[in-house]
Amino acid sequence: MAVVTMREALNQALREEMLRDENVFLMGEEVAAYQGAYKVTKGLLEELGGKRVIDTPITELAFAGLGVGAAMVGLRPIVEFMTFNFSILATDQIINSAAKMLYMSGGQFKIPIVFRGPGGSAFQVSSQHSQALESWFAYFPGLKVVMPSTPADAKGLLKSAIRDDDPVIFIEQERMYGNKGEVPDDADFIVPLGVADIKREGTDATIVARSLMVPVALKAAEVLEKEGVSCEVIDPRTIRPLDIGTIVDSVKKTNRVVVAEESHPFCGVAAEISSEIMERAFDYLDAPVKRVSGADVPMPYAKNLEDLAIPNVDQIVAAVRQVAYLD
Amino acid sequence: MRKRTPEPARVGAEDTSATGVMDQEMAETAAGSPSQQTRDVKSAQKNRLADVDRETLISIYRQMLLVRRFEEKSAEAYSSGKIGGFCHLYIGQEAVAIGAISAIRKDDYVLTSYREHAHAIAKGMSPESVMAELYGKSTGCSRGKGGSMHMFDKDVNFLGGHAIVGGQIPLATGVAFASKYKGTDQVTLCFFGEAAVNQGAFHESLNMAQLWKLPCIYICENNQYGMGTSLERAMSSQDISQKARAYDIAAEFVDGMDVLAVREATQRAIERARKDYLPTLLEVRTYRFMGHSMSDPGNYRTRAEIERHQERDPIKLFSASLKEEGVLTDSEFQSIEAEVKEQVEQAVRFAEESPLPAPEELFTDVYANPIEPGKH
Repeated sequence: MAVVTMREALNQALREEMLRDENVFLMGEEVAAYQGAYKVTKGLLEELGGKRVIDTPITELAFAGLGVGAAMVGLRPIVEFMTFNFSILATDQIINSAAKMLYMSGGQFKIPIVFRGPGGSAFQVSSQHSQALESWFAYFPGLKVVMPSTPADAKGLLKSAIRDDDPVIFIEQERMYGNKGEVPDDADFIVPLGVADIKREGTDATIVARSLMVPVALKAAEVLEKEGVSCEVIDPRTIRPLDIGTIVDSVKKTNRVVVAEESHPFCGVAAEISSEIMERAFDYLDAPVKRVSGADVPMPYAKNLEDLAIPNVDQIVAAVRQVAYLD
Repeated sequence: MRKRTPEPARVGAEDTSATGVMDQEMAETAAGSPSQQTRDVKSAQKNRLADVDRETLISIYRQMLLVRRFEEKSAEAYSSGKIGGFCHLYIGQEAVAIGAISAIRKDDYVLTSYREHAHAIAKGMSPESVMAELYGKSTGCSRGKGGSMHMFDKDVNFLGGHAIVGGQIPLATGVAFASKYKGTDQVTLCFFGEAAVNQGAFHESLNMAQLWKLPCIYICENNQYGMGTSLERAMSSQDISQKARAYDIAAEFVDGMDVLAVREATQRAIERARKDYLPTLLEVRTYRFMGHSMSDPGNYRTRAEIERHQERDPIKLFSASLKEEGVLTDSEFQSIEAEVKEQVEQAVRFAEESPLPAPEELFTDVYANPIEPGKH
């Protein structure tokens, strides 16, 4: 196994899948000549050529729709949003076309497309560039939503997403592109969609975390270990379809759960997970489910305010202490 | 009837004399009195008749009549509660879909808006499957899941039926992109109303289509009303074909009441698309005789205005030309009318007798690769 960054792992997945299937092509703003705004697509134009790696104008609605149209007739587009903030312009095509095409055509037109790019908060880029939109997309039947938290997951899940015959929203985290981790060398390595991963085993409390919150939750678990609280950290990895079974199994063991997320709390994914836990494991709970979410405000610019808006280790530790009645 | 080779393409982006400019004949037609307009279309149509073989002319006429009668029957079924939801009728605009689709091959693609029953039938879908879809039956082209606004048939490359104004324009651009990517010579026809021209999707798509040279033919069916809002009240610059200039795309203004004019303009666009992967914008001036949908009281326009346009009913104009030129006799007209009537009645019988979708169909077709979470 080689140690690579999340950025490199994603690049490997793109390259391998494009070499594997000539119907796969990549398009988006600055993906080709510029080699990607975040260098995820570095080297791909040179290796695969301009037919397969395509710079688009800044025209998110139409290139998202163009991808969906191409997918209707057998191509397998990967559409990069420079950041998912810009996908907001393309939501008509993602929701009204990609998500519903198979259903409203009575099963005739599948849409094998991946919409990918960074989402969530970055480094002081303020309100319009710091949004976690997974709950929007996860709301819609017809879409699959994936959020990796390690380089290995990023590579394995992206390969699965590209091979999947449904539209997949693949949200990377801008702050995590430089994170390093071991990635299997095997070209056939994939991580299946819809399967949660237990990132750390524990017995006293469950922390459900995704994307940027996974390393934060793991640090919180280390802190709590020293206090004698053993935490299990579960990363759903796929938001839709959600592997609630793995989460519920953990809750049945630990009887206490904290759901951590970077996004706003209202109508968020943590709210959904909390509700599912209550419906499926109410009798196993020794405390109400506790959420730790991003602040319910647009993201501020000032460094100190931005830090306050994003959940941190201390907040997760405090939440676990609360559900364990240690305070 | 003589057969002639089609005229070479006469309008290209490089040909500024024609790009986006209404030709003289059309300008006069648009400006003249109704009776003058009728005479002009007739004389133009007669000239065009000579270029088309008899079999094709009859097929075009039969299809126009079929979709007219089909829509009349749909209106009836809607009024008696057999068809639900929205139902946008095509009556008055038949020359556009029939004329354009008569010019393409079976393996070419068609995408359009929610006013698409005629396009679906013209592309080769059976009236039965279209009517059954309107009835919400399991035998419908979309198995009862799409309805009036979402007809699809993969077997004939009819790719919908899209109900967000302008939403099909990027999709069609993508279908054309795929033809070029795969190296085929298939072309894509993308129909939309003039109101869609105000959407960003139109402008964004035309930009990419010419930038990347995609074989997409954009057919704007300018029926002069976006629901109840007239073109004049919605568009600052109303010369739609002119807008192609902004993207360096070849364009033509076409009389949408003359089915052969639409066919010929589409043929010129097809030649550009097949040979050189070039897009075209056609502004086809037409008029819908019915409301925007079945629930439209239509109080935004006068009876007189509608009647003025009905004088140029595309089916009446075409049948008069066919008759005057001796293509069809009275008895042939009558037998076509009878055949079409029977076809539509058969479609209704089929829809009436077909079963509803089974309840378990509610949960099928959401995903092509359904995943049971937690299972490797």
